[in-house]
Amino acid sequence: MTTPAEVRTREPKPDESAVLVVDNLHVAFPVLGGGSVNAVRGLSYQLRRGEALGIVGESGSGKSVSSLALMGLLPRTTRVTGSVRLDGQELLGMHDREASALRGKKISMIFQEPLSALTPVYTVGAQVSEALRVHNDISKEKALDRAVELLDLVGIPNPRDRAKAFPHEFSGGMRQRVMIAMAIANDPDVIIADEPTTALDVTIQAQILDVLQTARRETGAAVIMITHDLGVVAGLADRVLVMYAGRPVELGTTDEVYYAPRMPYTLGLLGSIPRLDASGRSALTPIEGTPPSLANLPSGCPFRPRCPLAIDICAETEPALDPVRGASHRAACHRKDEIETNGWTVTDVFPVPDLGIAEIERVPREERPAALAVEGLVKHYPLMKGVAFKRQVGTVQAVDGVDFDIREGETLGLVGESGCGKTTTLLQILELVEPQAGTIRIAGTDTRDLRGGPARKALRRDLQVVFQDPQASLDPRLPVGDVLAEPMRTHGYHKKQIDARVKELLQLVGLEPSHAGRYPQEFSGGQRQRVGIARALALEPKLVVLDEPVSALDVSIRAGVINLLMQLRAELSLSYLFVAHDLSVVRVIADRVAVMYLGRIVEIGVVDSVYASPSHPYTQALLSAIPIPDPDKERTRERIVLQGDLPSPANPPSGCRFRTRCQRFLTLTEGEKQLCIDRYPPLIPMGPDHSAACHYAEPVAVI
Amino acid sequence: MGKYLVRRLVNYVVLVFIATSMAYLLAATSLNPRSHFLGRNPPVPVTTQDDILNRYNLNDKTPVFERYGTWIDNIAHGNLGRDYDGGYVGANLSRRMWVSGQLLLIGTILGGLVGVAAGAWAAVRHKKATDVALTQGAFFILSCPVFVIAILLQVGATRLNNAVGSRLISFSGQFDPAKPGGFFSNIGDRLDHLILPTITLMLAGASYLMLYQRSAMLDVLGSDYVRTARAKGLRRRTALIKHALRTALIPSVTLFTYAFATIFVGATFTETIFGWHGMGEWFVQTIQGSDTNAVAAITAVVGVLILFASFLQDVVVAMLDPRVRVG
Amino acid sequence: MTVPSQELIGTVTAESGIEGTAALDETAVPSRGRIIFRRFIVQKSALFGLVLLVVLVLLAYVGPIIGKWDYSQPDYNSFLVTPNSSHWFGTDGTGTDLFAATMRGAQKSIIIGLLVAVLATSMAAIVGATAGYFGRWIDTVLMWIVNLLLVIPSFLIIAILSPRYHNNLTLFVVLLGMFIWQITARIVRGQTLSLREREYVLAAKYMGVSGPRIIARHILPNLASLLIIDATVNVSVAVLTETGLSFFGFGVQPPDVSLGTLIEAAQTSATTQPWLFLFPAGFLVLLLLAVNLIGQGLRDAFDPSAGVAV
Repeated sequence: MTTPAEVRTREPKPDESAVLVVDNLHVAFPVLGGGSVNAVRGLSYQLRRGEALGIVGESGSGKSVSSLALMGLLPRTTRVTGSVRLDGQELLGMHDREASALRGKKISMIFQEPLSALTPVYTVGAQVSEALRVHNDISKEKALDRAVELLDLVGIPNPRDRAKAFPHEFSGGMRQRVMIAMAIANDPDVIIADEPTTALDVTIQAQILDVLQTARRETGAAVIMITHDLGVVAGLADRVLVMYAGRPVELGTTDEVYYAPRMPYTLGLLGSIPRLDASGRSALTPIEGTPPSLANLPSGCPFRPRCPLAIDICAETEPALDPVRGASHRAACHRKDEIETNGWTVTDVFPVPDLGIAEIERVPREERPAALAVEGLVKHYPLMKGVAFKRQVGTVQAVDGVDFDIREGETLGLVGESGCGKTTTLLQILELVEPQAGTIRIAGTDTRDLRGGPARKALRRDLQVVFQDPQASLDPRLPVGDVLAEPMRTHGYHKKQIDARVKELLQLVGLEPSHAGRYPQEFSGGQRQRVGIARALALEPKLVVLDEPVSALDVSIRAGVINLLMQLRAELSLSYLFVAHDLSVVRVIADRVAVMYLGRIVEIGVVDSVYASPSHPYTQALLSAIPIPDPDKERTRERIVLQGDLPSPANPPSGCRFRTRCQRFLTLTEGEKQLCIDRYPPLIPMGPDHSAACHYAEPVAVI
Repeated sequence: MGKYLVRRLVNYVVLVFIATSMAYLLAATSLNPRSHFLGRNPPVPVTTQDDILNRYNLNDKTPVFERYGTWIDNIAHGNLGRDYDGGYVGANLSRRMWVSGQLLLIGTILGGLVGVAAGAWAAVRHKKATDVALTQGAFFILSCPVFVIAILLQVGATRLNNAVGSRLISFSGQFDPAKPGGFFSNIGDRLDHLILPTITLMLAGASYLMLYQRSAMLDVLGSDYVRTARAKGLRRRTALIKHALRTALIPSVTLFTYAFATIFVGATFTETIFGWHGMGEWFVQTIQGSDTNAVAAITAVVGVLILFASFLQDVVVAMLDPRVRVG
Repeated sequence: MTVPSQELIGTVTAESGIEGTAALDETAVPSRGRIIFRRFIVQKSALFGLVLLVVLVLLAYVGPIIGKWDYSQPDYNSFLVTPNSSHWFGTDGTGTDLFAATMRGAQKSIIIGLLVAVLATSMAAIVGATAGYFGRWIDTVLMWIVNLLLVIPSFLIIAILSPRYHNNLTLFVVLLGMFIWQITARIVRGQTLSLREREYVLAAKYMGVSGPRIIARHILPNLASLLIIDATVNVSVAVLTETGLSFFGFGVQPPDVSLGTLIEAAQTSATTQPWLFLFPAGFLVLLLLAVNLIGQGLRDAFDPSAGVAV
């Protein structure tokens, strides 16, 4: 028996070129009433000058905590031990005065939440120049001039004017640019980027990753990129460190980790990611179970309960991060050599479930009745401004003429960036009221013909919803049994019937019937989402609307829920309207996909055709913006980076709404451009069941 | 913006009008000005009583809506009506508002400053001895009703005066009418009379604001932007003052604005106990004296000031918080 | 090239990948009520407040039984005596036993405080949640009424009506309650506006659950912490208002007594006969302190991350 503290992981002798050396870092948060949460348990790595290191892990893996420890920004009650040397200077235990002199000057950090990371009451220019004035003795004017230069560098248009604006007047992407400007202001040696793009849309993510590359080039700084998304680091990092339960479990060059992972967790993580370059609807390989609680770690390898390869020794000793072959690639697994010799891949280690296919799917699409038909749907609402002095300043054209239909047993993916109107569309359908314009037909019933509550209530049985946030979608005051019973009680089921059905439902989504008495807080995120799915199925609906059902879940949990959704669809012949911003998830689950931009559908068709030959410039840009967890593909991909932010839906551009950001528009002649400015393009057929709303639609392969 | 302001103003006028009317009708039906003639010796003949009450529109024999009509008519002519003893409500009102303003000005400002400073300090020293002492102290003071604090202060001052052997602190009335003398000794006398009521007002105000400021400050201490400021290289102290306190001031200043705008309404207990003839004291006297017209006037003034204060709050928030400003 | 299947079978429990159901069974989570109680009890000041309140309530109700005197039966042999073995708190100028009078006043304050708090908080919960959930004209009308009641000086109205409720406790409680629910109603409305958009409320709505039922089942239970804390705060507000009104003679009327009337009576003689002032005032301060400490403790127990909010 070895305690985790004794399993020290050491890299070889400090490298001459290392700018940052982290050695045996431990971080523990004391807990009220004794004990502690050991968030980081023995982390060692070296960062070479100018190198990009990706630290990958799920929530609770200790990746963010460890970097806050480097910055000395953890609460003062935190216990941090080990050693962190920046250019040979020990950072831990340093007095705040000395540490402050280094922070922002030699080592700087970019945080995840651009919305809350800037002080709301100061102008952006003032906040950037503050970063300069803290470390340099320069005048206010000079600092502001330099701040404007920096804002220009990170791609903020009209930097001199925008410097006078306040953070709330910036979009998320623009705020993140400001954060980057602050981070590079003093030409640091190390930049830590903590999930810098997680809160952003894919197209904005592509922009920010671009800016980060620029920043790296300009400063020559070494970058630590912390993320849960293996795709993001694939093209960016030189080396990758995978963390699990506060420990490093795999470290190697990007190619080694992606192409020859030797720790089962890394293998599983790579297998559980829905990939854009996958072919057709396919099951993912889920990692079972949930990450362990850091307050109460089991002995041995923390991944053991979830590991298909676990053997006796795994329960006894926590494996050290030892070299696999050569000196660079390291993995913390007792069976890493076996994996190496046998060349096991994901599918060898993790079983791929068979998801089956519904009877109805064998019937040709045209012969199946429509579960949902939407024609010319419009939803405009007034735009209010000001908190104290509220007044209407315009009309938001959230949804402006949308057509699509979903046949029985079919899944339609509705995708687009935030603000494109996909959620409004979904809510309009769920409201079951007459739309402002257009028609909504659910299982043949026009919502306009619904007179009175009872008819509407009856139709609700056919249409159910699963929401994004499993935390928010279950009432914390009700045991899950009551959560599941509520729809049945509302629709007048008998008590006996309800009790039996609750048990049945829990089993259906892979939970224990005995869990009916437990409260939502007692379940993990993935389990809660399963309860949410069970509730949606309680009334045996025909159509389930899924609003980003997996985007709030950790990567390794996500695959299990996606698989469950596919399995249920096959078992129960369900139709799905799957709303998502993530095109790769849609790729694995949907039959057809509709891409929305500013309240309209710009491209729609069968998944294979749309992904293989996207014809609308926006679809092309969206697809090209999604990172693929494959270093070679990532490095060689030509990325289309869209200009600027989504225009306000209160004031969309004339003619084609996408023309202001369109990469194709830039290549057109003046005469051709005029058409885009004057007329909104109709949907033009691009193939059997594939059409795009672009005057100059043309398939381009981007994956 | 203009249209919005007008709509808001109209709504305010309607609110104040309804509130005042309700107070008038309630007072006119509940209070009994005739009680002043009870037990007079020689007894006042009923016809004389009626004459006097009619003159002041206070006669309970007149149907209440008729009195209400007369009252409205008077208001429309800028006349707020008369007291039972013939005094003019309007004149009393302006005199008393001024007295209350004088009394409350210093106490409110001091309370605000002390409260904000102590709250911010306590928050920064969260869970340390300073924080615990300040918070518990504020809690204790808030658990003492104003009339208890005021009387305790009086007892203390009396003891002090007795111990010193001269009247060091005066606490009865606004000034000593018996004291002759020039302008400066007069000012000194007035300040002397201000000490105790000001401390009373300050203690309660400061305790309340302190707890409020402390909680606002604690809310922002852990915020992402304070962390960003630290990541830039700001020392803890600087980051706290420049980024946390500046933002956490917004709610407290808003609350303070409210208190400040309502100083003319008076402090009922403090004025009554310390013998200041301000609005607060009047408040009680008018009801004890069955002065319907004065009751209605006080309601109107309080209503207007409360609405003005809430409007001022919005303006101040807009000034302090760029997020609220109209683009 | 393949893993011996034997080893796989042991750990894979279901095809679709179910997450650690085993972990769930091992750690039985205590109920929310238990957690909050525990978090409440570990705070020294909150525990002190609770014990203090229990002691004060016991004293107020059991004290008069043990005491020798009745508040309405003066001892004509002892005027203005200092506290002694017969008159524990001394007597006043009419020979009334101050202990009996203080306990009588305390009973009034406690009962009024509790009833008013329950009434005001219920009112705030119902009005606020209704306005917030249904919105539109219901919201406009209810909030307009709330604003109107905020504009009217409540103290004044209660004082004007004081001759009418002349020691009618029910009427007095209703009147007090009528004037202290508005601010909370606004807060409840604000919270409801955000709860209304919460996904579990939307889910209930989209499965056909009616509005009033959603309020009763999903909205109010989730505002429980706010409402419990508010009710506690309202106890102290009600006690303060009652004693304040009585201090001016607008509340409890003679021959009955309240802590407010006792303090008022002792005002002028506070220096010369301090016991007349100190006992009722002390009891009142301790009562308010106990209630405030409990309120504070509850706040911290419900939301350990928050500081002191007023």
